[in-house]
Amino acid sequence: MSVELDVFVGNTTIMDKEVYQLWLNGYTVNDAVKVRIEGGVMEECEASAEVLLSDTMDQYRTFQMCERLLHHPAKLANQLLFQIPPDRQAMLIERYYAFDDLFVREVLGKKLSKGTKKDLDDVSTKTGITLKSCRRQFDNFKRVFKVVEELKGPLVENIRQHFLLPDQLARDYAAIVFFANNRFETGKKKLQYLTFQDFAFCAGQLINNWTLGAVDNMMEDMDVDLDKEFLQDLKDLKILITDKDLLDQHKSLVCTALRGKTNVYNEMEANFKNLSRGLVNIAAKLINAKDVRDFFIDLVEKFIEPCRSDKWTSIDMNLYLTHYTNSAHILDTFKHHAVWTRYMGVIKSCILRLYHD
Amino acid sequence: MPGKLKAKIVAGRHLPVMDRASDLTDAFVEVKFGNTTFKTDVYPKSLNPQWNSEWFKFEVDDEDLQDEPLQITVLDHDTYSANDAIGKVYIDIDPLLCSEAATVISGWLPIYDTIHGIRGEINVLVKVDLFNDLNRFRQSSCGVKFFCTTSIPRCYRAIMVHGFVEELVVNEDPEYQWIDRIRTPRASNEARQRLIFLMSGELQRKIGLKVLEMGGNAVVGYLQCFDLEGESGLVVRAIGTACTLEKISTFPATATHPSNSSPSKDMKEPVFGEEAPGVPLSSGPPTPLRAQTFSSFSPSKSYSRQSSSSDTELSLTPKTGMGSGGSAGKDAGPLKALLKQQTQSALEQREYPFFTLTVFPPGFLLHVGGVVSARSVKLLDRIHNPDEPETRDAWWEEIRQEIKSHAKSLGCHAVVGYSESTSICEEVCILSASGTAAILSSRFMQDGPLDTELRLSQQPLCVFSTGSERVEGDMGSSASLGFEEVVSPGCGFCHIPYDELNIPFPAQLTYCYCCRRYKVPDVLFTTIDLPTEASVTGKGCLIQARLCRTKKKAQGEVNATAISNLLPFLEYELHTQLMNKLKLRGMNALFGLRIQISVGETMLLGLASATGVYLTALPSPGGIQIVGKTPSDITYEQHISNMQKKINDTITKNKELYEINPPEVVEEIIGSPIPEPRQRSRLFRSHSESSDDVSEIDLSHGKKDAFVLEIDDTDAVEDIHALLTDSPTPAGFYSCNTEIMPGIQNWTSAIQMFTSVRVFRLNANLTNQGLNKIFSDLCENLLKSLYFKLRSMVPCCLCHLNFTVAIPEDELIQVAVTAVALSFDKEQTLENGKQSGEKTPIKAITENDEQLQFNLELNAETSSSSISPKGLSEVGSHPSARAPSVDYSSFADRCSSWIEQLKLKAHTIRRGSVKTTSSMEKASPLPEGRSRSLRSNRSYSGSSVAVVKMTPLSFIPGAKIIKYLGIINMFFIRETSSLREEGGVSGFLHTFIAEVFAMVRAHVAALGGNAVVSYSMKECVFMENPNKNQAQCLINVSGDAVIFVRESELELTSVQPQSATTQTSNGGEGT
Repeated sequence: MSVELDVFVGNTTIMDKEVYQLWLNGYTVNDAVKVRIEGGVMEECEASAEVLLSDTMDQYRTFQMCERLLHHPAKLANQLLFQIPPDRQAMLIERYYAFDDLFVREVLGKKLSKGTKKDLDDVSTKTGITLKSCRRQFDNFKRVFKVVEELKGPLVENIRQHFLLPDQLARDYAAIVFFANNRFETGKKKLQYLTFQDFAFCAGQLINNWTLGAVDNMMEDMDVDLDKEFLQDLKDLKILITDKDLLDQHKSLVCTALRGKTNVYNEMEANFKNLSRGLVNIAAKLINAKDVRDFFIDLVEKFIEPCRSDKWTSIDMNLYLTHYTNSAHILDTFKHHAVWTRYMGVIKSCILRLYHD
Repeated sequence: MPGKLKAKIVAGRHLPVMDRASDLTDAFVEVKFGNTTFKTDVYPKSLNPQWNSEWFKFEVDDEDLQDEPLQITVLDHDTYSANDAIGKVYIDIDPLLCSEAATVISGWLPIYDTIHGIRGEINVLVKVDLFNDLNRFRQSSCGVKFFCTTSIPRCYRAIMVHGFVEELVVNEDPEYQWIDRIRTPRASNEARQRLIFLMSGELQRKIGLKVLEMGGNAVVGYLQCFDLEGESGLVVRAIGTACTLEKISTFPATATHPSNSSPSKDMKEPVFGEEAPGVPLSSGPPTPLRAQTFSSFSPSKSYSRQSSSSDTELSLTPKTGMGSGGSAGKDAGPLKALLKQQTQSALEQREYPFFTLTVFPPGFLLHVGGVVSARSVKLLDRIHNPDEPETRDAWWEEIRQEIKSHAKSLGCHAVVGYSESTSICEEVCILSASGTAAILSSRFMQDGPLDTELRLSQQPLCVFSTGSERVEGDMGSSASLGFEEVVSPGCGFCHIPYDELNIPFPAQLTYCYCCRRYKVPDVLFTTIDLPTEASVTGKGCLIQARLCRTKKKAQGEVNATAISNLLPFLEYELHTQLMNKLKLRGMNALFGLRIQISVGETMLLGLASATGVYLTALPSPGGIQIVGKTPSDITYEQHISNMQKKINDTITKNKELYEINPPEVVEEIIGSPIPEPRQRSRLFRSHSESSDDVSEIDLSHGKKDAFVLEIDDTDAVEDIHALLTDSPTPAGFYSCNTEIMPGIQNWTSAIQMFTSVRVFRLNANLTNQGLNKIFSDLCENLLKSLYFKLRSMVPCCLCHLNFTVAIPEDELIQVAVTAVALSFDKEQTLENGKQSGEKTPIKAITENDEQLQFNLELNAETSSSSISPKGLSEVGSHPSARAPSVDYSSFADRCSSWIEQLKLKAHTIRRGSVKTTSSMEKASPLPEGRSRSLRSNRSYSGSSVAVVKMTPLSFIPGAKIIKYLGIINMFFIRETSSLREEGGVSGFLHTFIAEVFAMVRAHVAALGGNAVVSYSMKECVFMENPNKNQAQCLINVSGDAVIFVRESELELTSVQPQSATTQTSNGGEGT
């Protein structure tokens, strides 16, 4: 005796949040049943394992049927096949597009290509996230990327509207898209200590300040590409390190300001030229796409690591960067105030965010 | 040329990609009605085309309008090859033909393909301009309203209930035509779908004509079924109850009561006047029937009690005269009946005093006799003219005659809760019919207003002997005369309709536990819903009897004989099981009893479902006592006593669970002394007498207090085990297969309709017992799954649990369930139960407007009931003479029949009393309105889809139905040749059922509705061939499209917001 067919269809589609999560996590039906049994739902509802299995299979089927719609969340509201209350729709979408920080760290900044997808089984073994779930998350990234790539207007807003995502999730996706588009390197060992949220924060800064959309949000160009003109202008900052006088002047201004206010004054003073060279060189190189990719590596190598080895505190860092930025404006021969501000504003907040253990 | 159908194709969305190269589609639309076809322009390269076509106009006969569906085909234009069909939409335009239903069909409808399922949606507008045609010879019946609902629809009142209508049409099944060998599965499926659409339309039109002929304007309890006979054809048949309905014009119920005092003049006259031109009175044969129609109205005009009774008397005398001899006259009946029949042949449809209704206006149902049913086994390959309906008509006629005579033998002149069904396996077909023998009130016809007046003043009713004589014409027993006196508080309808000294079957009578004056049986089985006014102790529950019987594989006559021989045993066992389970739950009555017998190659399957309750008027059921056959063995004794203990424990537990604690002792004291001993002795006598057929199905088994189960073999032990394995419903759940659950009133607005289907593969060579266990477990597990699925709705009640079983092929059992889960508010449950007594008098008054407008045209009953019943055993055999095919048996199961007497207290617990929960609705203002998304044609318009509720019940808790938009009757076929890719059989069927729901909802929304009530899935035929990776499924669903408004909203909106409320589209809210 065996069950050949077993379906349950409600006029209002019944979806169990817990099972949905198990499905999203890529559990097989049997594993999901195990998890549910351990969760104690059986005792609660006087159910048997058989009932649980039937229910789980049924739910899985429903989710599979819905998945097609979840790829275009706007369709979910317009489709006729499933009658799902609006709050449930929102839940389905939000959870479907939610991702694991562990996973996203693995693919952040990588090209969302077939090649990367092929490597997902490695990611899966490394992170302990099921391959199925990895694929879903990867496909989500790719789908969002493809849609917003072609669109005009603000990135976050586009994502929110097309995928009906809550604000925070839309911002995260914007970061992922931005990273994928600019191919920022995030996988190097030195960057391993950084979380996705660290990068997402930086991405937000970059999007808001360095892209074309940042200057003129009425412009129809995209948020995903950095403002070329700005990058071009950044080369002018080189004067801060190439002009010996300017460099010395800058150093003395900063040292004056910081003296007595920090415990790492000596180290700072000793390292000033190196640090400044580091930051300005990063700026000057950003015009090359290849160097853009190394932006975070460079930040860490050229600035964060030296400071960390000198045991700067966050407060020291903040103090230093503030004065470093402001002092430049006082230099008489330095003319590129606007570019400097635009550059250092982002750099400062990024470094402050990235400066932790 | 009395009609102009206009259609406009607005737009499409979510179309599939038909051109791989461009990932787009060049779509255009063909609009076809009858033989006329129009086309839209091609909208190139879009998945969301905007055709915005002109109005396509079809000038057609209204006959065609009724028969034909509007067929919309979406195609992909292809320059070089043939255009590819994307899919089709069939639109039933019947709802537009009735002025009171929908006026326009407008909205997004799924484009359906039988191979690919739903492929996008199309936005259409359809209207009909109908020119009135008063031609009396017309073939159309536009304007007759159809309702699946088996009660008087919520916003109507019945002026007259005319009676039974039936029709049957036959056609060759396209699947079995020679051409099917060369055409594609898609073409074949579409031919089938279209044919069934046409046949349904034709059927409905023909029934409508009968209704018009009877002088009615509506069919209530319309039940349409398909018989896929295979080679011999495809049968579409329908039954229903013809009525004259009148829309309740005043909007809130409370507004109607001022008019209570003299509603007869206010309301009846205009209706009658209006109807007169519409119904060509002269065209009908000048039978007494017409005369009576008049006479029934005249008293209300004259407002005179005397004249009313005499009037009717006059018109009825010629018909009922012969029956007045009472039970003694039964033998003299047949001859006269024959004569009668000849004169009445023109009124064939009125031959049967049957009513498909299961819920009745208060006071309509006087007595319930018990369940009557009949079955007959037929061979389909013996039909002489398979293309003609005559043979099938004759088959059903036999069965109906049998039912009628069973009812008569119970002293009843009518059958209510009547339904018919078939089960087909290869060339064998089992026809079944069942209903509840009953006596209905006729006085509403003449004395309605007076009666109501009396009710209002709470006086006992005077005896209208004329009325009673007429109704109980052929029984005329003392009992029937007697109950007239008691009718007043509503207690009368449960007294035994048959003569106490002449009981047609052994039953145990006691005096009613409510009024102590009239006799009631110990147990009552019925197919109707629990009457709203019935007083019930505790709560009810679903009771199922399940049975499998193996049979040998055989062909033709041998097979038919084998089946007919098995049937009575099957029924007997089902009844025994039902009875045992009923006792086990400490209950004494079953409502909504539905026995389904399904036939397969190697087995018969029987499933009886009903809702058990404890009727306060009936005696408390005794326990179950087990008696062993070998008393000497001590261990055996012990075993028995163990079992006995278990049973007793279960009964106690159940009584607690269902809150059955009748105030037995108190009643006993108050009540008049009952001559109990005499009763008993007489009963024993009747028990011992029974030796014929009937005795087999005698379930009363003699003794009162302990229901004795004899254990004489292992079978019986198994039975008892089975009895105890029924697991109780989990906490917070109740279940019933009727519309309402007694004892629960405060429903919330949370409803969840669902369909669940399971197919089991059996191992070969199972014994009866093994099969029984498997089948029983299958049903139990299904129920358990449902409870688990719906656990978030607790506390809740699964209502209208409708199980259908089938044997799709050898070794497969299919069980399909459709039901609705209703949440209720636990807090108030207890209070309400106690308060209802005080609250309800007010309600009783408000209901009176309904009562007094209710009339029954009883001539059919009285005339036909004059055919006297022959011996019961005879009935089974006599129709075979007429049948052209081999008739192997028509089985009267005439199982058990009981009557009950109910105490109608001052209150009537109506279904409507859910009103009390209206305050809760505010918490969840769902977007009920319909979004007319004509403008929002872009897929990202943000307009969400309007919510459409579906329910198998005739009402929506916490809401008021303000308009019926027409009947929904849809038939779909889905086929696949890539079963695995679509997720196997479960994936395939899951998608299909979801698609069917979606299409029903879309069509309802397009009619302007926001709910389907009385929804049912009548057919779900699933066939698979996993080896070929193929499957096919046919589904037929029906229901009534309605507009409802939440009662909380009702209070806010002013009177007459019908159009206003529905048009304010708050559908956008759902984003």
